[in-house]
Amino acid sequence: MKEEEVNFGKSDKFNLTMIPGKFARFLRTCVIWQFIRFLIINVKMIIVVGKSH
Amino acid sequence: MARLIVMGGGVAGHTTATFAKKWLGNDHEVVVVTPNANWNWIPSNIWVGVGQMKKEDVVFPLAPVYKKAGIDYRQAKAVSIHPEGKEGSDKQFITIEYTGQGKEGQTEELEYDYLVNATGPKLNFDATPGLGDGNGQIGANTVSVCTADHAVHANSELRRIFEKAKTEKQKILVGTGHGMCTCQGAAFEYIFNIEHEARKAGVRDNLEFKWISNEAFLGDFGMGGLHMKVGGYVVSSKLFAESLYAERGVDWILGAHVNKVEEGKVHYEQLDGTMGEEEFDFAMLIPPFAGVGLKAYAKDGSDITDTIFAANGFMKVDADYTPKPYEEWKASDWPRKYQNPTYSNMFAAGIAFAPPHLISKPAKSPNGTPINPTPPRTGMPSGIIGKAVAHSVCDMIKNGENAHIHEISMAEMGAACVASAGKGVFDGTAAAMTVYPVVPDFEKYPGTGRDTDYTFGEIGLAGHWIKHILHYLFIYKAKLKPGWTLIPE
Repeated sequence: MKEEEVNFGKSDKFNLTMIPGKFARFLRTCVIWQFIRFLIINVKMIIVVGKSH
Repeated sequence: MARLIVMGGGVAGHTTATFAKKWLGNDHEVVVVTPNANWNWIPSNIWVGVGQMKKEDVVFPLAPVYKKAGIDYRQAKAVSIHPEGKEGSDKQFITIEYTGQGKEGQTEELEYDYLVNATGPKLNFDATPGLGDGNGQIGANTVSVCTADHAVHANSELRRIFEKAKTEKQKILVGTGHGMCTCQGAAFEYIFNIEHEARKAGVRDNLEFKWISNEAFLGDFGMGGLHMKVGGYVVSSKLFAESLYAERGVDWILGAHVNKVEEGKVHYEQLDGTMGEEEFDFAMLIPPFAGVGLKAYAKDGSDITDTIFAANGFMKVDADYTPKPYEEWKASDWPRKYQNPTYSNMFAAGIAFAPPHLISKPAKSPNGTPINPTPPRTGMPSGIIGKAVAHSVCDMIKNGENAHIHEISMAEMGAACVASAGKGVFDGTAAAMTVYPVVPDFEKYPGTGRDTDYTFGEIGLAGHWIKHILHYLFIYKAKLKPGWTLIPE
């Protein structure tokens, strides 16, 4: 069984959600991809912070 | 020379006092009254609670910082406000009771020209039998991460559970300890940080995790949830929260008012009126917040606490407190100036101001028990409000009573929030979110109440990096080190 499918069987609540697959989980801790996301998130946050002051 | 007294030295109070002193210089006096000797970067208490930081990493002594800034620091708790003075004197004052500086237990009257209430919350553990010890402190049945000392204790208990989990099953329960709690985000961070640490310690398989919360749905966070654009869809935070809980194997109980805590067991009532029990080996339950219990007296000594404070103990400001049904709530109900309507030289910032109503949809069980999150006023909104109040007070001191009052509403203000889901330079994750505005405005944004161009969230290592950087950045700012004013709230 694929890792992301294990928890679907553990409860009815879990079964009705979405669980990230292998690639999505890899991207979450992929340093290169996350560095790009780091820059993008920072820009987005700075915009929101700027709109709030 | 005018005197500004700031009651409270947390995010809102510290921001107000330090900016006011910077702008007023030595021409006027700024006094901070706080019972605490240390400043605490509360968001990082989570990491103290799982042993990834020490208490010393999240606190620093206030006295040297205020000495450097020229702020008169009184380690004392404010007891009462006398906004009309007393018989024989028109000068307004507060009474304080020292908790440190070698004057423990001594009381003093401090006169003021302007007063800012930034006392934050009273951690009302005793609102739930068994959650508190009956004397206002946390009881022995659960742990907390609300203060750095609580978090140190939580970690020591957690280590005991991890040790046991090497040989036997253990159950972790985290969430809210009452139907009217706020700060679900802290509990959210704690349960996922424990889960992350359990995997690192190799004991995850022997630990069962359960979330218990007064939220009607996962991802409410006291803000009625939020909608964000992801993958071409606009989706509710409910979907993302449920996904994370399912992925990490954390089961949940929602719409729950914990009404009693015993050793190893909580009793709760749910929105559908059913009663339940949940056993645990380790529990961290956030207490409900209340005002700190300040009293107020008129010149003749009569009690005017009800005039200045709402029933929950938070200070009334320029909000619309008219009771009305959820359907009639408006963004314009929320305060803009944080100025007390009765005494114009009195302001409230951060958690200390009384919100006009909830943000989440109100709900009651068939038994009449209110079970809904109360509005968050922590973090970025606290800092921004504190700075706006400092602006207003400084302008009033410099330009007189009719000076321009700075305005900022939580219905026009966004917030950036980073919720840790595990600490680690290369394996940590956090949910990085922005929400704009904090209080939904359904007149301006009829669909979701918020601007989906500026409301987003995603989970990943980048969020963890941001949270870790913010830890150092905000402690640097709070210590008033060079360039501190350049770091936004």
